[in-house]
Amino acid sequence: MSILVDKNTRVLVQGITGREGSFHTQQMLAYGTNVVCGVTPGKGGQEVHDVPVFNTVAEAIMEAKPNAAMIFVPPRFAADAILEAAEGGIELVICLTEGIPVNDMVRVRRYLDIHGTNLIGPNTPGVISPGKAKLGLMAGYIHREGGVGVMSRSGTLTYEAVNQLSQRGIGQSTCVGIGGDPIVGLSFTDLLALFEKDEQTEAVVLIGEIGGNAEEQAARYIADKFTKPVVSFIAGRTAPPGRRMGHAGAIVTGGTGTAAAKIAALSDAGVTVVESPAQIGSAIAALI
Amino acid sequence: MKIHEYQAKELFSSFSIPVPAGKIASTPREASEAAASLSGPVVVKAQIYAGGRGKAGGVRLVDSPQEAEGAAEKILGHPLVTHQTGPAGRMVNRVLVEEATAVKTEIYLGITIDRSRRLPVIMASPAGGMEIEQIAMDSPEKIFKEWIFPEIGLRGFQAYRLALKLGLSAPETKQVARVISNLYRLFVERDCMLVEINPLVIDSGGSVIALDAKINFDDSGLFRHPEIEKLRDPNEENPLELEAKKNNLNYIKLDGNVGCLVNGAGLAMATMDLIKLAGAAPANFLDVGGSANEEMIEKGFSLLLSDPDVRAVFINIFGGILRCDILARGIVAAVKRLEVKVPVIVRLEGTNVEQGREILAKSGLEFLRASDLDEAATLIARALQGEEK
Repeated sequence: MSILVDKNTRVLVQGITGREGSFHTQQMLAYGTNVVCGVTPGKGGQEVHDVPVFNTVAEAIMEAKPNAAMIFVPPRFAADAILEAAEGGIELVICLTEGIPVNDMVRVRRYLDIHGTNLIGPNTPGVISPGKAKLGLMAGYIHREGGVGVMSRSGTLTYEAVNQLSQRGIGQSTCVGIGGDPIVGLSFTDLLALFEKDEQTEAVVLIGEIGGNAEEQAARYIADKFTKPVVSFIAGRTAPPGRRMGHAGAIVTGGTGTAAAKIAALSDAGVTVVESPAQIGSAIAALI
Repeated sequence: MKIHEYQAKELFSSFSIPVPAGKIASTPREASEAAASLSGPVVVKAQIYAGGRGKAGGVRLVDSPQEAEGAAEKILGHPLVTHQTGPAGRMVNRVLVEEATAVKTEIYLGITIDRSRRLPVIMASPAGGMEIEQIAMDSPEKIFKEWIFPEIGLRGFQAYRLALKLGLSAPETKQVARVISNLYRLFVERDCMLVEINPLVIDSGGSVIALDAKINFDDSGLFRHPEIEKLRDPNEENPLELEAKKNNLNYIKLDGNVGCLVNGAGLAMATMDLIKLAGAAPANFLDVGGSANEEMIEKGFSLLLSDPDVRAVFINIFGGILRCDILARGIVAAVKRLEVKVPVIVRLEGTNVEQGREILAKSGLEFLRASDLDEAATLIARALQGEEK
């Protein structure tokens, strides 16, 4: 198995005619991802790497029956693109755009919750189920198919963890970037529930960072319900409070969202929290 | 993005939130003239972004224009050190001179995004004047909250229900409810991350007035508000950070002496943590972006080296779409051009890593090459002890 995406995932790329959209469509096709259609308003009828382009999501759904959407649309139009996909009935929306206003995301989340749409991101590198499908920006070749689920709020730090696993011969079931923004779609907790049910997943790597309390919520879920081993690294122990560390969501405000609090919560829940980002691979190797 | 108190109060006024009559002054003379044009005693307030100005002597109550001039002289042109500024303090270039208010009651009022509920939350407390973090620690039962569903907005009954919890008279309660509604309108319409009035006061005549004003805008929402972008005060930002921003680099100055250049924010934070674990301290946070090119690397590198605190540089790159050979060329070009005198530790991983490492090895430059993060940490520690180079 794997979670969220696999060989049966039929992908719609919103913003497919743009530089990023077009480049990554090519990369994803090369990995074997089933990209079935794209949307760019005003560019209907064109093709990008032999993928048909439509003017609207509704048209694309009628013609090509996608069940997942990827959004490569600039920040000021991205909220609209997410809503268009959700309104059309797409079950999984992955939004890679960085810089969507928080107020827009608050409204978008309310709408998605009502419609039961699963959102990954925004500000995410995407999702990959190695050997099956890649819906994201990550370099596919560093991954290998296997039993470790990886979830993270970051991009390159996730590649770092994946690389440490692959070099030890440890493969991954699915790797998910939940997004670096203050308001995102599926949380660590939501993904843990999926990894728990997934037979391919034997263990999970949770890569968190300062800001918010997604890690603390995950810790509670792990203590109560999660039965597989978890290794975690929390970035930002040395980050000064009140400063936004690159990601819009990575900020300690009023003493909340500190790395120390997250590490304590996860350790109390029985998670192996490593001190150094260099120890993620070896910690998983010791557990499985 | 932050703005000054006087700017936030101008915004409050345009949203019908009452503030004291006041004027901005950048010289003692202007402060005196401002005081003369206002009635009664005035307060002279240092305008810097950091909080804790009162305790640090940056807020002075005076009785006459002459005294206002004297107070302004003591504040203007001097750095003000508060618990939020760090030991160097912040240079004060302007003071806000405003009519003093006879305070009867102090209230806290703030709006932010509750990240776990994913909704805006309005917080009010009768324990005004204290920092909200302090109230939360000492007496959390004194903080009252209302969460807002954005599709229906803040309803009148919610604003009233919140105001009612503050133990005010009936007319005061109504006035506070009105301030709450207007403040929420400002929060949404101007794409704020935080708006705070601390304290919101009831004066001796029973009128509600915002004595302080704090606004943090959502950087991602600024494209909708060019008029807010214009309020940015370059004097409040670190010159290196300002320079970085011009070059689309994400840079934050820190206290240590190991400069680091990394692609991706999460890996950049993790790299800072790694430097700390190696017994050193990071001089900065620098994320050159997941899709950085040769030119960005060079700009980032020259930025690091212009920081006099930097005694060693650690370049940590995980190339994905971004190829290591391109990066290595950027690094070599930068080091050659900039005549680097500190040890440079390089750790490359990812796409085309072999070619990248070869470019570094054949460059004729003295790089300390690490094959993984553990080795990098060891090299950093050694470089600082002066055992290598």
